[in-house]
Amino acid sequence: MIAQNIAFWIIAVAMGFAAIGVVRTRNIVHAALYLVVVLAGVAAQYILLGAEFVAWVQVLIYIGAVVILFLFGIMLTRAPMEGDSDLDNDQRFPAAVAALFLLGVLVVLLLDAFGGTKIKLDAAVLATGKTAVVGDAIFRQYVVPFEVVSMLLLAALVGAVVIARRD
Amino acid sequence: MIMNQFLILSAFLFCVGVYGVLARRNGVLVLMSVELMLNGVNLNLIAFSARLHAVSGQVFALFIITIAAAEVGVGLAIVLLIYRNLRSPDLDGVDQLKG
Repeated sequence: MIAQNIAFWIIAVAMGFAAIGVVRTRNIVHAALYLVVVLAGVAAQYILLGAEFVAWVQVLIYIGAVVILFLFGIMLTRAPMEGDSDLDNDQRFPAAVAALFLLGVLVVLLLDAFGGTKIKLDAAVLATGKTAVVGDAIFRQYVVPFEVVSMLLLAALVGAVVIARRD
Repeated sequence: MIMNQFLILSAFLFCVGVYGVLARRNGVLVLMSVELMLNGVNLNLIAFSARLHAVSGQVFALFIITIAAAEVGVGLAIVLLIYRNLRSPDLDGVDQLKG
């Protein structure tokens, strides 16, 4: 438990700084690279929680595909590469107030609702993270939502091609 | 481990994402902030899945990852179209509906 707590805090602090880097950096490519750190940290937290299949899907889909899409988007829109304060609009102060207010409300609520709740990482938790168990749940209990989400992904990607096509 | 470690971390990720969506002008960076928010929600789902020994949290996290991939595809296509029409990826130019 101690080792897992130490790992949690190291990863959490790195994720926190990287997340702030995503929304504060002046360089748009650096923002994409900070996003990789956050996504890898989230994958590591999944492993800490025993959800190994979701962790590797996170690495494959997010770090492997989504970040590459972002880098393509950055290149195709020829964004200002560095030294431009143009990336932020003039709502920075109200946005910070809104985000801090939301964070305060959520933290107070969570401390009130789940103050003493603990996660015990025993064999039962690790059993729910196994790929066989997750696959069983997807293709037996959740097979209709799975097919719906497949159609949604297909429709969204065809729609993206249609929107971005030059004619 | 304490449940709130994970829940407060995911709340923090969500709020950083909210700040980014509100304060960023560049369309690609707004989409990145949306990804931060979705990852906060996913971490929440996995934490509850571990707490309740239920696999459904992980299944829904997988669905959210799929939806996020679709959202990034469509979102980047829209940003590309905005760039082509306005010569800039900034979302400030898209205010035709402003009253």
